[in-house]
Amino acid sequence: MGLEQRPVSTLHERASFDVADFEVPTGREEEWRFTPLRRLRGLHNGTAEAHGKVIAEAVAAAGATVETVGREDPRLGRSFVPADRVSAQAWASFAQATIVTVPKETELTEPVVLRLRGEDASAASFGHTAVVLEPFARATVVLEHRGAATYADNVEFVVGDGASLSVIGLQDWDDDTVHVSYQHARLGRDARFVSHNVTLGGDLVRISPSVVYDGPGGDAELYGVYFADGGQHLEHRLFVDHDRPRCRSRVDYRGALQDADAHAVWIGDVVIRAEAEGTDTYELNRNLVLTDGTRVDSVPNLEILTGEVVGAGHASASGRLDDEHLFYLQARGITADEARRMVVRGFLGQLVERIEVPEVRAKVEEAIEAELDR
Amino acid sequence: MATLEIRDLHVSVGDGAEGAKEILRGVDLTIRAGETHAIMGPNGSGKSTLAYAISGHPKYTVTSGSVTLDGEDVLAMSVDERARAGLFLAMQYPVEVPGVSVSNFLRSAVTAVRGEAPKLRDFAKEMKGAMDALSIDPAFAQRSLNEGFSGGEKKRHEILQLEMLKPKIAVLDETDSGLDVDALKVVSEGVNRFSAGGETGILLITHYTRILRYVKPDFVHVFAGGRVVAAGGPELADVLENEGYEKYVKAGASA
Repeated sequence: MGLEQRPVSTLHERASFDVADFEVPTGREEEWRFTPLRRLRGLHNGTAEAHGKVIAEAVAAAGATVETVGREDPRLGRSFVPADRVSAQAWASFAQATIVTVPKETELTEPVVLRLRGEDASAASFGHTAVVLEPFARATVVLEHRGAATYADNVEFVVGDGASLSVIGLQDWDDDTVHVSYQHARLGRDARFVSHNVTLGGDLVRISPSVVYDGPGGDAELYGVYFADGGQHLEHRLFVDHDRPRCRSRVDYRGALQDADAHAVWIGDVVIRAEAEGTDTYELNRNLVLTDGTRVDSVPNLEILTGEVVGAGHASASGRLDDEHLFYLQARGITADEARRMVVRGFLGQLVERIEVPEVRAKVEEAIEAELDR
Repeated sequence: MATLEIRDLHVSVGDGAEGAKEILRGVDLTIRAGETHAIMGPNGSGKSTLAYAISGHPKYTVTSGSVTLDGEDVLAMSVDERARAGLFLAMQYPVEVPGVSVSNFLRSAVTAVRGEAPKLRDFAKEMKGAMDALSIDPAFAQRSLNEGFSGGEKKRHEILQLEMLKPKIAVLDETDSGLDVDALKVVSEGVNRFSAGGETGILLITHYTRILRYVKPDFVHVFAGGRVVAAGGPELADVLENEGYEKYVKAGASA
């Protein structure tokens, strides 16, 4: 498949399955300028050797099928085209893929849990996952990432007409992990998609969730919580492509940062194309800076090519813990340390409490406590 | 019996290019358990600074003088230590704390001040009772602290905290401002319940005499220019009601 040009918008105009269609990034490109390429261990320039080990294990729910398939399976790669070199590299390099299918009109009562466990960060691994909801199906899928890895992957979420998919991605990697991931959601007519990304562990984690609509009435909510400690690079690059009428999108990502060289990057790209009349979109990123020495890059981009929208907006705010909050809590006898914890917990908790799977929510709360103990 | 003693208190604000500005210029006050003191004064007289300085807000610097609670040096304590020692400040503008629920906040505060966590059931019952007494909808327990509350709702929650934390000495900073008459009555009843046992003292800071119809002061102090310029009994409030602050402002400025 050759290079496709979408000259209408300046955002995300390149797409190809062929690695060679993308130049090796130098770090000056818009999409790579915040990422420390030297820490990518060759995932971006073809030098990564693909003999690492990331083991996928699935806990299937009644009503859903989970299959491990070869790369020739025709159901793969139908919902997206890679938009950068690492995505194309992951597509070119994976050996096996996992496909989760929820048949038409099937409503799962339990979540499907996919556990990916890295066993070796010294060599690269490439993965591919597809979650397919047929029309009017309902499901929750949990993607857990743990262990040590140098890992790049594409994840496809195909949400059929009238279907509803909730996805929770938990990035709780070991300290030496590099993970570059692309989450491609494609929503059918009146489909609903809710995504949570919780990114806590890893040396460098770069996640690019994207949403495209196949029909009118699609509804996407993308939430993210991250906690960057000293030396960690946690990057989230959102892209919502409104090219159908009357679709809705909401983005709310929040992060906390502490200690030297903790770096958080958030990019929120939204395009409303000329044909996407009646679009309703809002994106928000907030960062809470807990100590000196951290860095936040937060860049919302909204490109509107039609005047007929219901709503289109974005906001980004990064700041220190509010002294007035701390004073108020302390004036009620609460110690400074506990006051700080309460404010951070509250700030991130407003998103965590939206996670619908109680066990996962408890795990996330526990992991945030562990971050606060550091 | 609890006693808060403030002696020759001088407080400044700011340390930037314009230098520190002295707001309090020698305040002397003694508040004993069982007493209600009203501090009245015009805008900018330093009333709120006094409240913040007593509770230890980092913006204010005590340059000289002393504050003791039962002989203990309050100024040497951190903000939270002061609260645990038995001081309480009902804020004029309570801040909104997103994501921290009223019940979670109250339980944390009660645990800190009492030194042990109350049993969940006992606490829930106590909180419900205290909220009922202040006509606060129980649904507020699950809402984010002060977030989206009206002015009156915020003030009710300040008094809710007062009644649950049971401090020795409470400083109420313009708790009456922005309240309609019904809310003022509800809030005043809460303050009177708090002081009914006679074991607690109140320092009530206000601009208006209106609240003094519901919360009866034993002493009234007129504040101007960063210090107390006149003191008397409840009758002084009536004088202020009729004559205003004008002559005291002059007295404060010339001091």
